Amino acid sequence: MNPGQESRGNPGQESRGAAIDLKSISKAYGSFKALDGVSLHIKAGEFMTLLGPSGSGKTTTLNVVAGFTEASSGALEVGGKSVVGVPAHKRNIGVVFQHYALFPHMTVSRNVAYPLALRGVAGAERERRVGQALDMVKMADFGHRFPSELSGGQQQRVALARAIVFDPPLLLMDEPLGALDKKLREWLQLEIKRIHRELGTTFVYVTHDQEEALVLSDRIAVFNRGRIEQIGTGRELYDEPATLFVGKFIGDSTVLRGAAATSGGETAIDIAGQKVATVKRLANGGRPVMLLRPEKLALARRGVGGDGRNRLTGRIGEAIYLGSGSKYEVDLADGSKAIVRSTLEADSFAIGDEVDVLFAGADVKLLADDDKADLTLT
Amino acid sequence: MLALPALVLLLAVIGYPLLTIILRSLSEPEWGLQNYIWFFSMPINLTVLQRTFVISTWVTLVCVVSAYPYAYLMTAVGPRVRLVLMLCVLIPFWVSGVVRTLSWVILLQDSGVINSILRSLGLGGVRLIRTQTGVVIGMAQVLLPFMILPLYSVMKGIDLRLMRAAQSLGARPSRAFFTIYLPLSLPGVYAGAIIVFILALGFYITPALLGGPRSTMLSTLVQTQVLSLLQWGRGGAMGVVLLVTTFVLLALAAPVMRSRYREAERR
Repeated sequence: MNPGQESRGNPGQESRGAAIDLKSISKAYGSFKALDGVSLHIKAGEFMTLLGPSGSGKTTTLNVVAGFTEASSGALEVGGKSVVGVPAHKRNIGVVFQHYALFPHMTVSRNVAYPLALRGVAGAERERRVGQALDMVKMADFGHRFPSELSGGQQQRVALARAIVFDPPLLLMDEPLGALDKKLREWLQLEIKRIHRELGTTFVYVTHDQEEALVLSDRIAVFNRGRIEQIGTGRELYDEPATLFVGKFIGDSTVLRGAAATSGGETAIDIAGQKVATVKRLANGGRPVMLLRPEKLALARRGVGGDGRNRLTGRIGEAIYLGSGSKYEVDLADGSKAIVRSTLEADSFAIGDEVDVLFAGADVKLLADDDKADLTLT
Repeated sequence: MLALPALVLLLAVIGYPLLTIILRSLSEPEWGLQNYIWFFSMPINLTVLQRTFVISTWVTLVCVVSAYPYAYLMTAVGPRVRLVLMLCVLIPFWVSGVVRTLSWVILLQDSGVINSILRSLGLGGVRLIRTQTGVVIGMAQVLLPFMILPLYSVMKGIDLRLMRAAQSLGARPSRAFFTIYLPLSLPGVYAGAIIVFILALGFYITPALLGGPRSTMLSTLVQTQVLSLLQWGRGGAMGVVLLVTTFVLLALAAPVMRSRYREAERR
């Protein structure tokens, strides 16, 4: 756990969120397993993101928690109470949809007042809480508009106000920013983060965008083919991916594959006649592959320097200037690509330059190969 | 430019006869309001006018109530079942109204299929033919497609995911239906109801064949005046009265229909 993660939420104030417990939830549609034994504990007040490619089971998981889909098997507890078999309208869970789902025949105010009306909140109290919720999403001036008169980002903010106005202990968001453009998305990410901090409610957020997941979440559960591959903070997933899929899905990575040899505590991989080695070995067997993060790789002119680090020859295939530094794609001798990020102070290279890629054996993540990791990512 | 043929046709086919009818109602047998005075001084005319509106209202209500679940079903099923349901609506269109009404005569008569079934169930016979009920049943059947089609076209545009959203906000399914789905489907109800109501007002064949003397509608009286008694002026006056009354009713209904969103908003 990252230091500082625990101090989120309202300090000194008891969290108003509910803890959620999914215990080996499965959901089958005929012979297709949409969810295959998903277990996940979400702490009260936590911002948990379900991340994965489309069809990985993250939205199905959300629908099971919301009560829209009944799990085929498994247990589900919200706030310590089992909600299996409880219909959606009795779960008291806020849901924000990608398609906004505002009621087109009601004004913004009426939309936000809807869940309060259902709960018998009326008169001045209803008005006060509608105003408060609209204030929170900065839409207080739009109460008399109809949804069709608002932009996508404004509609989603109203939908958010509607989902939090009845103080649910849990808020589910299903790719809420998926239909918005990049600038607006980035700004709303920060808004959602602020609202989470102010409310102290448990947030469960579904996205396929790993950057979004990193920006928002306390912890991330990475989904693939109906299972959770790994649960952890963004840093844990980036620094210590448990599977090749996670390593490739979160952040940029270079994957080195080749004939592997293990002797003693050392694993070596042969890449087109060049040997790279690390003082690590794969615990659970399987064919080892090496995964390297772009900032762990360095570039040097062919044959220059090296000081005992691993060395692979290659040619610059792409050079991208990023402002704060540069990003290179290096075509390696075996045809694979290495992604290298270098700082401004480092030497710069041009497309076609013959280079050596250098890295320390200690920086290598040794993972079991998984052919399907590439398949599900594309 | 391309709209010109239709415009000419509408003016010629509707505008010209309408003008003629209005003129003749004021000029035959001589200039003046005598035909209108006659209409309003004969109690039978007023009774029939009132009955015409009552029957049309019943027909509209029967159509709304029976078309609503049918149109909803059309939006809920798969494409193949939907095609079958759509054909069931459209096929009667391809059969002449006279034939359909005559088949209702067979079904509704005292020794007809419906009464045979009722009797065999021990429920006793019901008099349907030559009653207002029989007329309403027959007319509703003929007019049902005009209710189903506009309703379906509005309903298929309603985002069913809104129902899921309503449930997540705490609405049980029936509440979600009455607060979300029903208000959103009202434009279709209104459109269909207006078409059915107006078509019902002018119905001639079905009430003539299925109805008795106590279920005569205005169009039958017009027919008697014009074709049997050659009183074109009186027939024209009846038509104009029906037209004006219809316009007045629609004008009264318009604000209610226009404000459907605002009304839902106030609730």
